[in-house]
Amino acid sequence: MSDKLNFHFDVDGENFVSAGQASVQVKKNLRELGLPPEVIRRVSIAMYEGEINMVIHANGGFADVDVYEDKIVITLDDKGPGIKDIALAMQEGYSTASDQVRSLGFGAGMGLPNMKRYTDDMQIDTRVGVGTKITMTIRL
Amino acid sequence: MKIREIKELLDAEVVCGEDALETDVHSACGSDMMSDVLAYVKDQAVLLTGLVNSQVIRTAAMMDMVCVVFVRSKVPTPEMIELAEESSIALLASGKRMYEACGTLYYHGLGGAKHE
Ligand SMILES: Nc1ncnc2c1ncn2[C@@H]1O[C@H](COP(=O)(O)OP(=O)(O)O)[C@@H](O)[C@H]1O
Ligand SMILES: [Mg+2]
Repeated sequence: MSDKLNFHFDVDGENFVSAGQASVQVKKNLRELGLPPEVIRRVSIAMYEGEINMVIHANGGFADVDVYEDKIVITLDDKGPGIKDIALAMQEGYSTASDQVRSLGFGAGMGLPNMKRYTDDMQIDTRVGVGTKITMTIRL
Repeated sequence: MKIREIKELLDAEVVCGEDALETDVHSACGSDMMSDVLAYVKDQAVLLTGLVNSQVIRTAAMMDMVCVVFVRSKVPTPEMIELAEESSIALLASGKRMYEACGTLYYHGLGGAKHE
């Protein structure tokens, strides 16, 4: 594989106000690279859902976006509580979000299904008590 | 419908994006749940909401929306205004409630989602 571009972010889990910042920056960067709007939209939504999840469910972590010639890979890595039952978490409408999170406009249980829908591949690598790493690929 | 007409129909104040008033928009959605906007919205250009936080603006930016209308006299924070300006999103603020605001725009020809 030829050269890649990497965008790396610390996602602050303490501060909800900043949640989504990394995704906004990625969108800007991808626009500057001149990628097709539909690709940018898919990357943006998938990453934004994942970034919000890291803040509301996992106390933050790291986000990486790698742009290759033929694909974009989004990696979200946290040291949160992990996901006990991935099949359950992937169900539309399933959410453990608190009322507090819901009052902020999130927690409909559509994030993970949405991330899968907008990407060509999604891998969830998670261990309870250790953390979660989600890798999403969008082909160009 | 032009953003200017939305402003007039909803008796709204332009918080930012004065230069976008002549932009044409073809559909809108109304929600206080950003999760639902992310999951169900397709190509709507306008978001009506009673929720006030930075994620409203970021959600609109992710969805390539061009205008956010705050209903029920909600006032966006300076940080939200700054975010909106960075993403070229016009912000309007109306005293109308959600139901009335959406109904008014719909009645005047601004449609909702095209169902998949
Ligand atoms: N990074 C994560 N760490 C731990 N749990 C997670 C993470 N992401 C998602 N989950 C779990 O999966 C559930 C479903 O996620 P999602 O579909 O995004 O819905 P929501 O965020 O609205 O709850 C969450 O409620 C949570 O229990
Ligand atoms: Mg979520």
